[in-house]
Amino acid sequence: MELFGIALTMLLVFVGFGFMVGVLFGFFGMGGSFLVTPALLVMGYPTTTAVGSGMAFVFGTAVIATLKHRDLGQVDYKLGALMVVGTTAGIELGKMIVEHLEELGLAGGVIGVTYVFMLGGIGLFVSYTALKSDGSDDSGGGGHHEAANDEIDPDDIPDIAKKIQSYNVPPMMTLGGGIRVSLWMILGVAFATGLLSGFLGVGGGFIRMPALFYLIGVPVPIAVGTDLFEIVISGGFGAFTYGLSGGVNLGIVVPLLAGSALGARIGSAATSIVNEDDIKIYFGLMLLGGAVAVAFQQSAGVFEMPILDTVGIILIMLSAMLVSGAVIFSTITELRANARSTAPAAD
Amino acid sequence: MIDFASLSPTAQALALVGVILVEALVLYGGYGLLERVVAPPLVRRITES
Repeated sequence: MELFGIALTMLLVFVGFGFMVGVLFGFFGMGGSFLVTPALLVMGYPTTTAVGSGMAFVFGTAVIATLKHRDLGQVDYKLGALMVVGTTAGIELGKMIVEHLEELGLAGGVIGVTYVFMLGGIGLFVSYTALKSDGSDDSGGGGHHEAANDEIDPDDIPDIAKKIQSYNVPPMMTLGGGIRVSLWMILGVAFATGLLSGFLGVGGGFIRMPALFYLIGVPVPIAVGTDLFEIVISGGFGAFTYGLSGGVNLGIVVPLLAGSALGARIGSAATSIVNEDDIKIYFGLMLLGGAVAVAFQQSAGVFEMPILDTVGIILIMLSAMLVSGAVIFSTITELRANARSTAPAAD
Repeated sequence: MIDFASLSPTAQALALVGVILVEALVLYGGYGLLERVVAPPLVRRITES
């Protein structure tokens, strides 16, 4: 049986896969093109269709996840708009560097190695800081309800972000959570993340989300919501660009989106239930899984062993399944813990 | 019925983005209604089990 020219079983696979990606996307503000494009390539779709459809899917999922984060008051539109300006300039420079490296015949190797080190480095750093702060949190474990207009606790701001916030270079901007930071610092961070994003040819959620938290001091749930808002703009532009060359297949995007819409609601809602340190640990673990997977994929080209490419993709899928499952499990555990802690007060 | 093939590539790409945006909004609203109906008993079941 076929629907929209696609076999029913394939449609169900797309819906299920979309659900898993949606949970991760709503929870971390990243993971769309990271997972969808390689999966479509493995299924045998041409590169342009895989990238274009992946981009269109990311755009649709980001719209849904951003709306959900907006409902929770976790989107800082002013910061998001400023980030778009800096990121766009950075992406352009990143692309120019790639073109220069291509002329030298070094692009593939340099980008591959940088990608592995970036994913692995950020993954290690995030996991380490989350594990280090584990247990020092006196909030009682669960529930993380920061909204963009809530005052942030100074103890929750990372040291690097405090240093960046201390530079008093006018004009100073007041962001959600009462954070005051120089406009130039925001544009500088956005430019640097855009540069890496353009250089690596990725959406950049895995760079931008930690950058917003560690460098600017934005609380994690707001960093996720604001990052998603930025992905709406960049993903929409990407979908339009690939749509011009016929690279978007709605037969793929529509069922993927049907699954991710539900997953993104669950993932976004989970950010206000699950403890912030748990979010960081999952984020770090997923990046570490991604780093190992990309290392396998890069080795496949170097050693001319296509099997390593398949191993890499399986690793990405497994780590995504594990982490999305862990997000749902943590949410259920936290809901039960919250119910138990409030029960005596109600008696 | 609009014949998309007769549109210019720019109009086709814009229509495509529009279709995805509309689908996202419809799904957001639809699942929102589902959440309102299903979430409270589901959360109650989780917390009471």
